[in-house]
Amino acid sequence: MSDSPAIDIDPQTLNLLADSQLNLELDNGDMILNMGPQHPATHGTLRLVVRLDGERVLSADPIIGYMHRGYEKLTEYRTYPQITTLINRIDWLSSFANEVPFIHGAEKLLGVKAPDRAEYIRTILTELSRIATFLLFLGEMGLQVGAITPAFYGFRDREHVLNLIESATGGRFHPNFNRIGGLYKDLPWGWTGECKRVLDICAKSCDDFDRLVAGNEIFEQRTRGIGIITPEVGLSYGVSGSNIRASGVDWDLRRDGEPYLAYKDVDFKVWTHPDGDSFSRYWVRLQETRESINIVRQLLNKLPSGPNMAKVPKIIKVPEGEVWVETENPLGQMGYYIVSKGSTGPFRTKIRTASFSNVSICPWLLQGIYVPDVVTVLASLYFILGDIDR
Amino acid sequence: MSSLVLAVDIGWGATTAIKTAVVLAMIPAGALILGYVFLLKTMSHMQSRLGPMDSGGFHGWFQLLGDGMKFLQKEDIMPEDADKQVFAMAPIVVLMSTFLVYVVIPVGPELYVRNLDVGIFYVLAVSSLSVIGVLMAGWASSSKFALLGALRAAAQLIAYELPLLLAVVGVVMQAGTASMNGIVQAQVDGEIFGFSGIGLPFILTQFVGFSLFMIASQAELTQPPFDMPVAESELVGGHMVEYTGFRFLFFFMGEFGTAFAFAAISATLFLGGWTLPGLDMNAEYMKIAGPIILFTKVMLISFLMFWARFTYPRFREDQLQKLAWKFLIPLSVVNILVTAAFQVWV
Amino acid sequence: MPDELVPSDDSSSLDASRPAGRDEPVVSTLAADVSEEKSSEANISKDLLDLEKEVKKVFGKELIESEINYGDLVIRVTRDGYARAALICKDTLGLDYLSFIAGIDWMPMPLEAEEGSGDTSQPAQPREMTFGVGGSAGRFQVFAHVQSTSKHVGLTIKVDVDENEMAVSSWTDVYAGADWHERECWEMYGIDFVGHPEIRKLYLPGDFEGNPLRKDFPLLARVIKPWPGLVDVEPMPGDNEESQDDE
Repeated sequence: MSDSPAIDIDPQTLNLLADSQLNLELDNGDMILNMGPQHPATHGTLRLVVRLDGERVLSADPIIGYMHRGYEKLTEYRTYPQITTLINRIDWLSSFANEVPFIHGAEKLLGVKAPDRAEYIRTILTELSRIATFLLFLGEMGLQVGAITPAFYGFRDREHVLNLIESATGGRFHPNFNRIGGLYKDLPWGWTGECKRVLDICAKSCDDFDRLVAGNEIFEQRTRGIGIITPEVGLSYGVSGSNIRASGVDWDLRRDGEPYLAYKDVDFKVWTHPDGDSFSRYWVRLQETRESINIVRQLLNKLPSGPNMAKVPKIIKVPEGEVWVETENPLGQMGYYIVSKGSTGPFRTKIRTASFSNVSICPWLLQGIYVPDVVTVLASLYFILGDIDR
Repeated sequence: MSSLVLAVDIGWGATTAIKTAVVLAMIPAGALILGYVFLLKTMSHMQSRLGPMDSGGFHGWFQLLGDGMKFLQKEDIMPEDADKQVFAMAPIVVLMSTFLVYVVIPVGPELYVRNLDVGIFYVLAVSSLSVIGVLMAGWASSSKFALLGALRAAAQLIAYELPLLLAVVGVVMQAGTASMNGIVQAQVDGEIFGFSGIGLPFILTQFVGFSLFMIASQAELTQPPFDMPVAESELVGGHMVEYTGFRFLFFFMGEFGTAFAFAAISATLFLGGWTLPGLDMNAEYMKIAGPIILFTKVMLISFLMFWARFTYPRFREDQLQKLAWKFLIPLSVVNILVTAAFQVWV
Repeated sequence: MPDELVPSDDSSSLDASRPAGRDEPVVSTLAADVSEEKSSEANISKDLLDLEKEVKKVFGKELIESEINYGDLVIRVTRDGYARAALICKDTLGLDYLSFIAGIDWMPMPLEAEEGSGDTSQPAQPREMTFGVGGSAGRFQVFAHVQSTSKHVGLTIKVDVDENEMAVSSWTDVYAGADWHERECWEMYGIDFVGHPEIRKLYLPGDFEGNPLRKDFPLLARVIKPWPGLVDVEPMPGDNEESQDDE
């Protein structure tokens, strides 16, 4: 098979081939495999057209847009408070973290500063969504390489965190809790004690994953040296978050970006790993989950008292201006470029999502690896379809 | 066999019919037992699952029936481009190989369908028939995922057939016979350095062989960590991807029925089969106790198999081949040599 | 659980739980505070000022505007400047990370709700064409954000797009990640990127016509079924018991 003439097929033709029943496959011995848009490894509606020589991937072309909801257009038709419900649904696993940069952008343009207590609670909830997202990843990654048990552990322990988020915000997945100038409500009674209890569960869960998945020899064999992203290539593709930190780039917007939320008040370590392979991405997320638990514990201990809303006008008209806000979301750098023309809604919102850029590296990354590793690499990149398609 | 239990002399034709019926019933029975005890209950406990513990009240006893009824209600879908006859035959071929394995497993004194002199090799021969069914399914489905899965399965089953066979050779050498009943007898009659109190379960002398057999049979069954051919996270079920409803249930029963059969073979080869040390082999009560003893051993071994299944991630295809050719096969050859040396000189 | 979260005195906690701003009069803007924050020297890091100096040096005449905007340097360059900008940013300025490339259409939205009609289907935007930070020569602009992962500074580069030509240079040679961003921008605004290896639809189906993010492209959902606006057409449950009984 390997010495068959290598016909170079451009991606567009490749996609057509995947759709049709042309006999080009028979001519050159390559097989075109259409993974998705409904496929368990693409968790959602990502479609991956891969050209195979035996089990080896010759080229892969991700096709996105099956879930494109046109949020950038929709924001132009809505007012600022209405938009938070939309952007909740971009990265649906960590919705709360999505709201934060947008609200921050609007607050910056408006010249409002949320009270300290609100900022602290925002930080806590953001980190809790990070924990929830990563717990799911830590289990999911096990599932993708064939171990079913970790997935259930991940879901089980994430449930505690989701319950916690629900009890504070009223929504499990889509809290819509942020308001321009603060938060809709204060935390309920007894929440911090419950939160500490859940954090202990999560810490134990991390130890479990450390032993059950990261410490498993087969898992290491499957992930070490697979899908290596070098720092230069990763940065030029715009890969961010844990994925780029796993390549040894010491860059975390919580620490390095413009100070936001209450991160300046907490002491945390930014984990990096020199290898850049699938295993290091798993390992970095595992450490970051522990670090997030640490952050929330610190914040709970010094939660200030005070109001949860600043004084803002009833009808919010944001003055003319432009602002770029970026935050370190669970999946990577999330940013909004908001252009306002002094109306109740933005004139243009550019939504920069992490998964979009993280997945755009796929054609480069998937070349030359085996089919089973495609799944490993995709799982280790950890993307959410809503975050790609917006 | 039933004729002896009932102490009624019935004719050859009727006996054969009864035997066939019993063996046929063994496949769904074994599959159901393993499915219920391990796939649903043990797994639910190990994985903190809530779903399978819910329906029917006590411990979710209804879940398996519910699943079965769901399978029966599913529409029978056949892909348009499928090779219809081959597609329909494939699950039956797979099930047939399982069926044939049960023929030689002794469950008590005189309780077997056939006592073949080459029993254990017959088992290994017919169990590898299933790969033909898998290939048929993969090819006939007209799906690339199914084809990839079937080819992987073929490569894997061939690779692990060898260590399976070689692991058994040690037992056969020690027992001096390849007949399943003979092997049970040999374990009862055997003695450890003159001490004959517990006989000689071959797991003691053939522990390497036992480990090899367990690993290789896990691979034969395409259970994790060797489930690359069905890899539901990438090949979405491999050769079974296009099968629905009852046909899928055939594959499912074949998988679990074979698991039950392999556990029984393993128990027979290494744990002394249907006897226990200290019991009189030829006593009348063994006709009742024998099956129970064997069943207990089968459950013990199945537990090991399913424990591994729920714990490990899967090997990649090339790693799996490397493990077979570079580690298991050399080790099993060494095992044979060592056994031979002991047989000759000790 | 007595030991937690309760602000020290009860009155403040009560105050906190009150939905804020309910009694506040409608204030149109708070522009005075904003300009203060925006330009206050304390908020601007030295790195950013250095970057601005260097940008002015390397771009020279190709730089049209430059402004520090909320901790982010926004510059507007000519088309030639944009073509060179990727290489300059990556090699000279050390901005190794591309956040995004996007387009913007400065035209006011044509379908505007009338004031006071109760139709809130879209926020009322100004009718005349105004431009944001850095200005613009025409309707379309492309803007990109690059940043440094080591020095932690960001740069937004804007370039005007000639409406007759609708093309700028591609950055894919320098930033591999520009690929998808440019494809998106191409399908959403119809702005071509010269030098892009293969520009094709990213999100939209292959036979889709039009450029959805242009302001003159209507939001089809709203055309088909107008936004109910302030008046909710369906009664809330329990609101109108009699009318439900009639049905």
